Amino acid sequence: MIDNKAYVELVKKTTPKSKELKTLPIAFAVGGLICCIGQAFRLVYQTYLPIGKMTAASLTSITMIFIGSLLTGLGIYDKIGKVAGAGSIVPITGFANSVVSPAMEFNREGVVLGVMSKMFVVAGPVIVSGVVASIIIALGYYIAGLF
Amino acid sequence: MDIFLEFLQAFAVGGLICLVGQLLINYTKMTSSRILVIFLLLGAALEGIGVFDAIESFAGCGVTIPIVGFGATLVRGAVRSMHETGLLGVLTGGIVAGAAGLAAAILFGFMMAIIFKSRTKS
Repeated sequence: MIDNKAYVELVKKTTPKSKELKTLPIAFAVGGLICCIGQAFRLVYQTYLPIGKMTAASLTSITMIFIGSLLTGLGIYDKIGKVAGAGSIVPITGFANSVVSPAMEFNREGVVLGVMSKMFVVAGPVIVSGVVASIIIALGYYIAGLF
Repeated sequence: MDIFLEFLQAFAVGGLICLVGQLLINYTKMTSSRILVIFLLLGAALEGIGVFDAIESFAGCGVTIPIVGFGATLVRGAVRSMHETGLLGVLTGGIVAGAAGLAAAILFGFMMAIIFKSRTKS
């Protein structure tokens, strides 16, 4: 026989794990799918617009950011996020979501202190770390080039 | 057939990156903010050591659509403009290269937050 305490321990040990394992294929599938949507846009831009590869890539990012923002505004992206986890966070649409979501939430605190400042709650660290990293790495190449 | 393969590769690599992200969430309880920063820095590092291009030519949007691609874009821009304008380029290159994504996120984010104001109130 198993006593109550041991049973609770057992439940604690097993339940979240099976739930955790289930999140992995969903994150994989949704993340992969979002990338494929981006790939489709890039293919269309490259094929039908008179623009170079670089511009097509930028335009693709902008499109995906727009879609992520719009779906967040409509309340759809957060529903996807509940199921997809990292599959919806890591793509650039998730970055857009991290900008729009707090901006909407804090809208009631006003346009300046609510929307404009809170939109960088999550995006701020991303921008700061990215810009600082780019400067450090480029500076490394610059110094290496001096010798 | 080539196009099908392109999409398959984008799906596999993009999915794999998100799978790693999900593993981080599951086993370290990281918040999305940390996850985004980690993957951004990973992309920056991959571009810094010069292997990002090889991955991109295989995976296409599978690696540029995840935030990894944004990190690589920033570093690529900074290094490129360093070659053009020296130290000033080191400083400005990253933001210049990331400007499209940043400005889009700021503009659309602002627009959506204003348009969908009433929804969040209820």
